[in-house]
Amino acid sequence: MKNLSRVFSSRRTWAWPYVLFLVLFVVLPLLLIVFYAFTNGNGQFTLRNFADFFSKSEAVSTFIYSLAIALITTVICLLLGYPAAYIMAMAQFKTPQVMAMLFILPMWINFLLRTIATVELFRFFGIPLGEAALLFGMVYDFLPFMIYPIYNTLQKMDHSLIEAAEDLGANRTQVFAKVVLPLSVPGIYSGIIMVFMPTVSTFAIAELLTHNKVTLFGSLIQRSFGEGGLTMWNYGAALSLIMLLIIALTSFFGSPEDNDANQKGGLL
Amino acid sequence: MSRTNQPPMTSAQLEAARRARISRRRRFFSQTYLWVLLLVLYAPIFVIIIFSFTESKVLGNWTGFSFHLYEQLFTGNAGRSLNSAIVNTALIALISALFSTLLGTLAAIGIYNMRQRDRKIINFLNSIPMINPDILTGISLFLLFVFLGISRGFMTVVIAHIVFCTPYVVLSVMPRLSKMNPNIYEAALDLGATPMQALRKVMLPELFPGMLSGFILSVTLSIDDFGVTFFTKGSGGLETLSTFIYVDARKGGLTPELRPLFSVIFLTMFVLLLIINWRAERGNTKKQNNDK
Amino acid sequence: MQQSNYIIEVNNVSKQFEDGKFALDNVSLSIRKGEFVTILGPSGCGKTTLLRCIAGFQVASSGDVLLNGEDITQIPPYKRPVNTVFQKYALFPHLNVFDNVAFGLKLKKFDRTTITQKVKSALKTVGMTDYEYRDVDSLSGGQQQRVAIARAIVNQPEVLLLDEPLAALDLKMRKDMQIELKEMHKKLGITFIYVTHDQEEALTLSDRVVVMSEGKIQQIGTPSEVYNEPVNCFVADFIGESNILNGVMLEDRRVRFCEHEFDCVDTGFGENVPVDVVVRPEDWYIFDASDAAQLTGIVQSCIFKGVHYEMAVLTPNGYEFMVQDYHAFEPGREVGLLVKPEDIQVMKKERLCNTFEGEILAGNKVCFLDADWDIPGQVAQQFEVGTKVQVTVGFNRITLEDHEEDGLLTGVVHFILYKGDHYHLTVRTDDGEDLFVDTRDVWDDGDRVGIVISPDNIHVSPISSEK
Repeated sequence: MKNLSRVFSSRRTWAWPYVLFLVLFVVLPLLLIVFYAFTNGNGQFTLRNFADFFSKSEAVSTFIYSLAIALITTVICLLLGYPAAYIMAMAQFKTPQVMAMLFILPMWINFLLRTIATVELFRFFGIPLGEAALLFGMVYDFLPFMIYPIYNTLQKMDHSLIEAAEDLGANRTQVFAKVVLPLSVPGIYSGIIMVFMPTVSTFAIAELLTHNKVTLFGSLIQRSFGEGGLTMWNYGAALSLIMLLIIALTSFFGSPEDNDANQKGGLL
Repeated sequence: MSRTNQPPMTSAQLEAARRARISRRRRFFSQTYLWVLLLVLYAPIFVIIIFSFTESKVLGNWTGFSFHLYEQLFTGNAGRSLNSAIVNTALIALISALFSTLLGTLAAIGIYNMRQRDRKIINFLNSIPMINPDILTGISLFLLFVFLGISRGFMTVVIAHIVFCTPYVVLSVMPRLSKMNPNIYEAALDLGATPMQALRKVMLPELFPGMLSGFILSVTLSIDDFGVTFFTKGSGGLETLSTFIYVDARKGGLTPELRPLFSVIFLTMFVLLLIINWRAERGNTKKQNNDK
Repeated sequence: MQQSNYIIEVNNVSKQFEDGKFALDNVSLSIRKGEFVTILGPSGCGKTTLLRCIAGFQVASSGDVLLNGEDITQIPPYKRPVNTVFQKYALFPHLNVFDNVAFGLKLKKFDRTTITQKVKSALKTVGMTDYEYRDVDSLSGGQQQRVAIARAIVNQPEVLLLDEPLAALDLKMRKDMQIELKEMHKKLGITFIYVTHDQEEALTLSDRVVVMSEGKIQQIGTPSEVYNEPVNCFVADFIGESNILNGVMLEDRRVRFCEHEFDCVDTGFGENVPVDVVVRPEDWYIFDASDAAQLTGIVQSCIFKGVHYEMAVLTPNGYEFMVQDYHAFEPGREVGLLVKPEDIQVMKKERLCNTFEGEILAGNKVCFLDADWDIPGQVAQQFEVGTKVQVTVGFNRITLEDHEEDGLLTGVVHFILYKGDHYHLTVRTDDGEDLFVDTRDVWDDGDRVGIVISPDNIHVSPISSEK
């Protein structure tokens, strides 16, 4: 009896409901992806699903194309976003917070709405939808996710480090190359991950932006769960597992502090 | 002879003037860059907001100023499916945010008191739904519900939303816990409060700002979600705003009624973010004052 | 049941943490009603753990805690008639001053008028009248401290526990609060148990001081007892400043140190027994060298300390003394030193050399401290392989190396004692064993070192069979 009350008065146990929840609704579902990926419609072990994928040149090229699009989007976001983050963090605005908030705000608006708005804008100016529209739309959708973490890192950087570098004889370029850039690497990592992961896994956006002209890997997965029934689900699970691997690899390589995904939460 | 009356500048003065010129130019360019970027980012949003004040069916065709679309939206004449989508979205957001906040707060307190090793494991599990792309969270839950034979609908969407909202609640509450004086819980016990009383009278008031932030974050995440909802809503005709917009957009173009809705959502988000920022700002200044 | 004179009794309490380390190691302590007892020790010595065991926030792994003769070891904190003043105040930030102080009374369901009356009187006691409705965040550190004390005493606890309550205040404020605490103790008449690492605070405030180190009680006594008659080097070094030297007790009332014989007042050590000798810096008489001097030396440095001067004096045979006097003797001057017999404190040595249990291994090796050490062949051959032996190593026979890889064993310098002409170091190995090393080299606390012992300096003897 005494022990029982001690169990509940130990606040450690308060996490147990959530742990149970995580196991049931996060761990188990992920294991199910693995299970379905390696079984056929009758629940028997098979590698068919993967063989199907690698034998379809169309599917493989979609996969590679999606990776390429995600990479290009990430690079463009970095090239556009870093200067913006740098300027905001370094410039002595009266209200840097407001400026940063203006860049973050679009992050919080339903991306479907934003995408449709882009499509409408293209139509408004009479620009045809296609690959260029796709890239523009993706960059447009995910640029804030690049700017925010980099801005955050740069802004938290101790300004006296820059003064120290100048004091020791570094000019502007050297200060940037030898002090600011290396110190902002964690932010760049986070930014890359926060842009690459959603772009590589995106679905629905591509169809809207290209009028169904382009199919990305995410849409391929989505479609195999849309119709067909069990065999297609098993195939879809195999594709999901491939994506899961890419996500795991990215987050593994890109998380020096393992708090990258917390950036969004760090907003508050 | 233009500079007769002025004494010739020394080289140091020339250098200083040159530097000032460069720095002015640099500031001009960097400011311009930011504003252009913002303009591009906001252009689509502004176009839609502007055209929410006209009745035209097609964007870009200004047919005169009108509140007609807003009237339709708020009087419920925008079509029954849009109305039910709005109601569903709000219900799902509120219910899942409420549960996430309760679950996440308890979890945060528990995790905070765990041993380092256990804490690492739970933190890792907690980060999975945040790192996982929507599509994988959606599909994995889809498979779970199919596997367990649970028919998909309102309940499953709520559960799915709790899955991806709770980690953010945990993250919002955690900093309050670490900032909190670890002795205040013990102080309450010391003064005669039972553990439950200490939780209610001391811990909860202290954690409330973090819980509120987590709640607001959960609501926005839930409203924002498309990917997870798409896979967990089932085929029973349940639509949220996101899925409604998706179906609508695939049929071609944005239904005019969505333009005012978009504007309203944008404004709401804008105000919410302002409040959150203002609260954070105030918290910071308050803290600084105390440090002095 | 026998009526106890003690309000708090701590009997053989040990507290072991999850990592296996002992925060408290068989601690026993009895506190009389109305006493002001201070638990004093460096950080990590277990003083706060002891306090928390009394408050009920931690439960002893073994042993028991009695309050008025009743066992309260397992009673949760909210059922104990003791209250705590926390180090960082732990005021409830969401409540104002009044509600903070009223917190405990409201839980006990007192009626409104009683609560108001009690809170007001408690705030008056701590000099915080008129602050009732202030936000606690708007108060200064000292004011928060007062509110924390009011919050505790308003419940009329039998024992008030104070966990380094003044640590966060600045010096001036600390001095003022010390006086107020002392007065409060007198006025309230309840038992105060006070935890601090500040020896001056402990000596100023307490009726009795409990000196702790490494989870053990080193000495319990009145402030003047622990200052004037420290029982070991740790206490002598930790409380006040002191010159600690190796000496030899020649006979009763006669001790030799610094190559000179002194009269003293200590008896009962035996003849020709190695001891530690303590002379406080202010107990040396310093004057121009003359026949009256017991020791002579050259002043090395002289620093003005406000009231007195602090001088380092080096004797011709290489011993350095710290001397405090109202008069300055400038560096380079030859001076004489004299100490009265009653100002020499003689302490039994805790150990004379390092002693370990070991085992003889094949290949002229002996295993102790979880390492295999070479020993001379002729020594090893006296024992069969596998024999358990006693290993002794002299303090000055161990060499410490800067580079950890150079040593067979690595460790951290853990405690440093200056002994006039050398340092006596405690080195803790990575397995948590302590080694004692005499050296003239200067090391810092926390330095990582490699430990080297040459084969000739390892003495191996059979384990004496007496049990």
